[in-house]
Amino acid sequence: MISSIQNYITFLLRCARIACVGDWRYYAWMGALTIICLFGLNAYAKQLAQGLITTGMSDEVSWGVYIANFTFLVGVAAAAVMMVIPVYIYGNEELHDLVIFGELLAVAAIIMCLAFVTVDLGRPDRFWHLIPGIGQMNFPQSMLSWDVLVLNGYLLLNVHICGYLLYCRYQNKKPAKWFYIPFVFLAIAWAVSIHTVTAFLYVGLGGRPFWNASIVGPRFLASAFTAGPAIIIIALQIIRKFTTYRIQDKALLTLRSIVQVSMIINVFLLACEVFKEFYSGTTHSASAKYLFFGLHGHYALVPWIWTAITFNLIAMVILALPLSRSLRWLDVACVLSIIGIWIEKGMGLVIPGFIPTPLGAVVDYMPSLNETLVCLGIWAFGFLCYTIFLRMSVPILQGHLSKANEDEIEAQMTTSTKSHLIKSNFN
Amino acid sequence: MNSLPPQIDKASDQAMSRRSFLRGCAAFGGVSALAASLAPLRELGDYTNTDQFLQKYYKELTPSDMTKVIDRIEGEVERQYGIRPHVRDLKPMDGVEFVYALNLTRCIGCRKCVHACVKENNQSRSPEIQYIRVLKMPHGSMDVEKGNHNYDSKQVPEKGFLYMPIQCQQCKNPPCVKVCPVNATWQEKDGITVIDYDWCIGCRYCEAACPYWARRFNFTKPQIPKDKINPDMSYLGNRPRKQGVMEKCHFCIQRTRVGKYPACLEVCPVGARKFGNILDPNSEVSYILREKRVFIQLKEEMGTSPRFFYYFDK
Repeated sequence: MISSIQNYITFLLRCARIACVGDWRYYAWMGALTIICLFGLNAYAKQLAQGLITTGMSDEVSWGVYIANFTFLVGVAAAAVMMVIPVYIYGNEELHDLVIFGELLAVAAIIMCLAFVTVDLGRPDRFWHLIPGIGQMNFPQSMLSWDVLVLNGYLLLNVHICGYLLYCRYQNKKPAKWFYIPFVFLAIAWAVSIHTVTAFLYVGLGGRPFWNASIVGPRFLASAFTAGPAIIIIALQIIRKFTTYRIQDKALLTLRSIVQVSMIINVFLLACEVFKEFYSGTTHSASAKYLFFGLHGHYALVPWIWTAITFNLIAMVILALPLSRSLRWLDVACVLSIIGIWIEKGMGLVIPGFIPTPLGAVVDYMPSLNETLVCLGIWAFGFLCYTIFLRMSVPILQGHLSKANEDEIEAQMTTSTKSHLIKSNFN
Repeated sequence: MNSLPPQIDKASDQAMSRRSFLRGCAAFGGVSALAASLAPLRELGDYTNTDQFLQKYYKELTPSDMTKVIDRIEGEVERQYGIRPHVRDLKPMDGVEFVYALNLTRCIGCRKCVHACVKENNQSRSPEIQYIRVLKMPHGSMDVEKGNHNYDSKQVPEKGFLYMPIQCQQCKNPPCVKVCPVNATWQEKDGITVIDYDWCIGCRYCEAACPYWARRFNFTKPQIPKDKINPDMSYLGNRPRKQGVMEKCHFCIQRTRVGKYPACLEVCPVGARKFGNILDPNSEVSYILREKRVFIQLKEEMGTSPRFFYYFDK
């Protein structure tokens, strides 16, 4: 028992140590991210002291880019299932060794989600009011309390699955199926639930006709399953470029077919929504009018949404053509869909829901500089986390960091060969 | 994997010491940068304190807890505004359910109610927070989207327009209460939806949920001139709020729960506002809802069932 605890602590320490070393590119990348994080932290400190007045939000538009980013990232986290399902349900070979990178991305995305919700709170010092038992959780009435539960649950599930599999690989042991397979299947259902619950957060508000539509849930899933795997496609190519980890093109092309189908469904659902909003011409379509064409001389969101739609359509066409079997075109399509969907879910869904207000006032919203810095800080922090996860997991998966070479590495750590070793891992 | 045997030589020793020196510099730089980035926190001031941080939920406070809490609040107000207030925790009365009725034929859109409310309820003057919004509507429409929020007429009322003051409708099915993740807002048995300002986490979900745009958020520390403080306060009512929490109309709980009329009603120069106990058949509001032929609940289709009724004389 004690020795297994010791082993585990050694494992954690070695992981922590390897996250602190790398070649100059690693240091430059991590250094740059840290600097952005600190700028974000500084902006957040200002916000804490002065209040949310440092943001562009108002009583009219009371949620802004924080909640927009949160919504987008819940989708990214949920999209990890798009690798899990092919592997665990259909026994896909190409993705088998890569699924853990998707799950680690989910962990990083959820960490960012929690950060975005926290910075949106007016009284973050009172977060404990949410904790069941010591606080008051309005469960099951409030969709926000559901969201808190499912997000933290999903984080735990993924941390458990990734942590367990990596630790087994580190010890060169075969993972016990009963100890992770049930959690994998639970996580599949859970992933769908996190994004559905996040959609219900909006759908449940009768006073906001733009959100109070049953299509929001399906659209969330479709756009998440487009943007999420698109991010994974890019991430895998970066891993391939900067490490010796072997990733086949075939795996990327499997993900391509997922992005392809999801994007077509996403665009179709958008078309359904646009038809419903504009054909009937009721007063309830005011938000959609504001978003797509502007209302009463206010056009703040019009350039955003048309950019998003253009990007999504171009991405869809590229993805649908055989052209995107070439990685260069696939990358273009992925980047376009990531940006397109980020806009669509943020500036295209969260903001227009508030405009016009329930009393008909049209007040524009633009994120302030301070608010943008906080966002950049959280994104940088997310990248930092994901980089660290990869820095730890790639050598473990390759067998370079394992229990077997515990002593060997310790010896090498103290000599100049260390940098050589790290290079061979990281390059 | 590269498995060179360990080679210990002079060059590597020098490299080590240079590396540990650089590492030391980096650590020092990192800590200083962290401290510098957190510098704005020095302005936090009286953001919170231990008592406030650990304060229990309103419904879990015992009477002796409440005495302490009230003492703390009175002390804080005194320190900040130089006046010792009288804070009470007024409970709803038995057999009372409050209802508001507003006569749209009479309202002239003078906005006296808006400002009487700000004064009575210790709302922030900078940035200005108001609970009542008066819409100037073209005759013949109840579509709020056609209303003008920022009318600046030299004289009111203007011909061809109708003035519609909107504030918290004290719904029977309040969407704001349902969505609050921490139960910081709830409906009391006299029909008033209240907020525990010391429990609200400031997520603004209630603000998004309200179909009447009745809720306001303290985006920064509220500013009230010292001589403008109303010292007659209640815990769930008009005591000064903190930065980062929600507030809204509470039918002047500090007045109505001791038998007075709300401030907006008292100031109305044309008697357009009526308030009372709907459970009392002899009350004025009971008479209005019984006898007036036309009365409306704003956005009735929302299913919120407001306790705020609009009616016309003819």
